[in-house]
Parts: sequence; structure tokens; C-alpha cells
Amino acid sequence: MNETNYSELVSNLLPAFGETLEMCGIALALAILLGVPLGVLSYLTSDRNICQNKLINLLVSFILNVIMSTPFVILLVLLLPFTKLVVGTSIGPEAASVPLGIVAIAFYARLVEGNLHGVDKGVIEASIAMGATWFKIVTNVLLPGAFSGMIRGLTVLAVTLVGYSAMAGIVGGGGVGDLAIRFGYYRYQTDVMIITVLLLIGLVQIIQTLGEKASQKAQK
Amino acid sequence: MIKFNNVSVSFKDKKSQIVHAVKNVSFEVEDGEILGIVGTSGAGKSTLLRTVNQLQLPTGGQTIVDGNDIGSLSGAELAKARHSIGMIFQQFNLVSTKTVAQNVAFAMEIAGRSKEEIKQRVPELLKLVGLSERANVYPNTLSGGQKQRVGIARAVANNPKILLCDEATSALDPETTNDVLQLLKEINHKFGITIVLITHELDVVKKICQRVVVMNRGEVVEIGDVFDVFTNPQHEFTKTLLSHTFDLDLPDRLTHDYSKPLVRIVYNGEKAEDAIVSNVVKQYAVDVNILHGKIEYINDRPFGILIVQLIGEQDEIEKSLNYLSKNTYRTEVINERN
Repeated sequence: MNETNYSELVSNLLPAFGETLEMCGIALALAILLGVPLGVLSYLTSDRNICQNKLINLLVSFILNVIMSTPFVILLVLLLPFTKLVVGTSIGPEAASVPLGIVAIAFYARLVEGNLHGVDKGVIEASIAMGATWFKIVTNVLLPGAFSGMIRGLTVLAVTLVGYSAMAGIVGGGGVGDLAIRFGYYRYQTDVMIITVLLLIGLVQIIQTLGEKASQKAQK
Repeated sequence: MIKFNNVSVSFKDKKSQIVHAVKNVSFEVEDGEILGIVGTSGAGKSTLLRTVNQLQLPTGGQTIVDGNDIGSLSGAELAKARHSIGMIFQQFNLVSTKTVAQNVAFAMEIAGRSKEEIKQRVPELLKLVGLSERANVYPNTLSGGQKQRVGIARAVANNPKILLCDEATSALDPETTNDVLQLLKEINHKFGITIVLITHELDVVKKICQRVVVMNRGEVVEIGDVFDVFTNPQHEFTKTLLSHTFDLDLPDRLTHDYSKPLVRIVYNGEKAEDAIVSNVVKQYAVDVNILHGKIEYINDRPFGILIVQLIGEQDEIEKSLNYLSKNTYRTEVINERN
């Protein structure tokens, strides 16, 4: 077993923590920005719904399924050319944010869609009967109705992303998870592995607690 | 106001079987009336009602609303037509994330009313339905009756010409039902809104409707003045439907006692207020033993059923039966040996 240099560990841990937060933060932002509209689109175009459209619905569904069924490591590599195109580099935390963001968008779109399906159909029918446009229904009934569930979904997504970000090391993304693998696992520094994993558990706990609080507050 | 012109609705159910929910229905709803559509569940009444605001498109025929074939409208025209058709629901269907006032305001926002107009009208509407105090609470803190009042305020917010009620009182207890019906009657009276309500509760029809449409298996089997239909049903289905309200059950030992005639007297209208039974006792040498009875008031007109036993000499009984037949709506001996 290699001897652990604790001061080296601490000096590595801080930036790693920052990298994890950066990657997950960018991915979460992308999920909210693009995952929500995609989820809404998938919901609205679904069978017997407000803007029923089989073609769009199938297309969206297919894309989401492809993204979510491809193992993340493979997606990471497959997306390298695209990543380079978008952020100009294929290494580093920014580069890792691209595949992470794409997975987050797909994942969150599905969660949002599920939450929208949970909104009372009767209220939607009432809104249609009043002559509301689909946009009014989305902004006034659907999104507010699904809001609390969407926050819970965002919590699940954030926790999942922390896990996924560990694999970002493959493209030099860094992060706490990467540290755990590189130092703790490959260099047999069990204590480093334990410390980093504990750190990750702590992070997940914080996210979960905050998420639950926010979701409860949003519930009416 | 509304004209159903050979309206049919059929759709595929989950097993891909074609269901004919509404079959060739034709009738008209008059301006300003309260019309009830009754029938058992699955009779197609809800589907028919939904063709009025195109929540359901007819697969055959047309629903003409205020002179327009509603099925031919789409987009902005349809939205505009819907603004003048209010609707209330069994489950109220209020937006749970909006307060009472916001729910009512939402209906007006949809119709493109100005902020000032909304600000002015919402309190008026809440006053109309007696919920001024609860303007800023969320629907989940309201009772069923209060929720339906919000539903009514929302439905009439844009001064509609028509109000559709989809089993609007079916989730309410009898007392609350009465309050809500009273409110509907008031709204009909005050604003002249045509009300079409569907229900499986005959009591609701008796209380506020002028005319009734009886539906069975997607077809209209009877239509007419509520009093006429309820007191003199023509169709078998209507008779069965009404039998639950008007059949008076007697113990077998009485119906099987053939020595004394058991007479069912049905009386209605003005005659119900005459003292027919006491006249019989005075004029003929018979005793009248009242075994069962019920008086209903339909649109304030009395309709009663009495089951009596006539005790006396045979020819006196004949004479009194004769008198009764002449002076009541219907008189029949119900325990005759076949």
C-alpha cells in the first residue's frame, strides 16, 4: 500500500469538489433549460392529449430512449467530436459537462413528462372547456401542478449526476468521484477512497435534504 | 340555443371495439330553459353534453350552438365560442395551485379580459356564490359545496349564454346539493343562462328542470315536460327508471289479501289539492284504510300516490272506485287475482 500524503490529498480534494459541482451544476442547468420543454413536448404530443402528434411523440421518445439506454461511458466517448465542437476542447470538466448535460436533459425530460401525466385530467379538461390555449394550460395548470414533483425529480437527477460525474475522469473531467477512482482504487489508497466516498455520501445527503425541503414547500 | 341534429358519437375502446356512445340524437334546447338529461351511467349523456363545447367531436350529425355548427369551428373561433359556454363538473376541477379568486380570474384571463375588468368582476362573482370571505384560500381547504360554488363562479365569469353541468351535484351530500341547485336556479333566473344538466339523480331534475330528456344506451327514449314525463312515463325504460322513486312497496300479506281491494290512487296537479278521499268516505258506505302514500312536488306542482284498502259492500266499493277514477289522475286495483 502506498503511503498517503494528506496535504496532497487536501490540495487535490478542494479543486475536485469544485469540479464536481461545476459539472453537475452545468448539467442540471441544461436539464432545466431543455429537459423541461422536451418533457412538456413529449407530454402534449402523447396519445389523446392536447396537441396529439404521433410522429413528434415517437421521435422525441426515440431520442430520449437512445440517450438513456446507452451506457454513460460509451456516450462519453461517442460524443467526443460533438463536445469538441461545442466547447472547443474534449478534455476537462467543461468537456465532461456536455455528455453529462445530455444525459441530464433526457433523464429530466422523462421525469417531467411523468409528473405532467400526474396532473389531474379533469382540470385540464376544464381549462380546454374555458377555451384556454395549450400555452395557457402549460403555464397555468400543468407546470404549477407538476412543480412539486419536478423538484423531487430534480433532486433524484442531481444525485444521479454526482454518481455519473465520477466517470468524467475518462475525459479528464476531474471531480471527487474521479479522485476516488484514481487515488483510492488504482493506487490502492484505501483511506483516500473512504474519505472521498464519505465526501460524496455527504454531498448526496445534502442534495437530498435540500430537495425534499424545497419540494414540500412547493406542495399546496 | 342548442340543437342536436342527428348527433352520433362512436369511438374505439381500449380493446379496439367500436362503442356507439351516442346514436342519432336530435332535439333542441330552448333559450333560457333548464333542461335535464337523465339516464343510467353509460347512457351517453356525458358524451352528448361534451359535443356542445367540442370536448367531444360528433362522429355523425351536428351540434348547433347559438346558430353555429360547433364541430366546424377550430382555433380562435372555437376558443371564442367556448368563452360563452360555461361548464361545471362532478369533481369540480379547480386549479389546486390557484386561490379561489385566481381560479375565477383564470377563466377571465383566458377570455382575454383586461386586468381592471378582472379586478372588478371577481369580487362580484364571489359575492354571487357567497364566497367573498374565502377569496384568498386554496381550493383544498374548501368543502365540496364551496368548491362547486367556485366552479359556478368560474363558469359564469365570462357571461356565458349556456351553462353545462356534468353531474355537478353527484359528489355532494343532499343538503349541499339543494344549495347548489338553488344557486343554479338563481343564476338561470337572473341572467337568463340556458342550463343543460346531466345527472343520474332524478331528484335534481324534479327540483330545477323544466324539461327532461331520458337517455338509454345512447338513444333518446323520451323527452318532455318534467311533470308529464315523471307522472306519465311512456317508454319502458323511463318507467323502470322512475319506479325506484315512485314504487311503494307493501308487505306480501297485504298484497295477497284478495278479500279487500287494494287501490293505487295517483293524483296530480290541481286535483291533488281536493279532498277526494274524504269525499269518498262521506258519499259512499265504505271505509278507506290508507296503507302507504307519498306526495312529490315537481316544479311546485303536486304529484301524489296513495295506496288504500276499500272496506265495505261490493256495490259501494264499485261506486267509490268509479268516483275515484273520474276524479283522480289514475286509479287502479293492484291486488286483483289473475
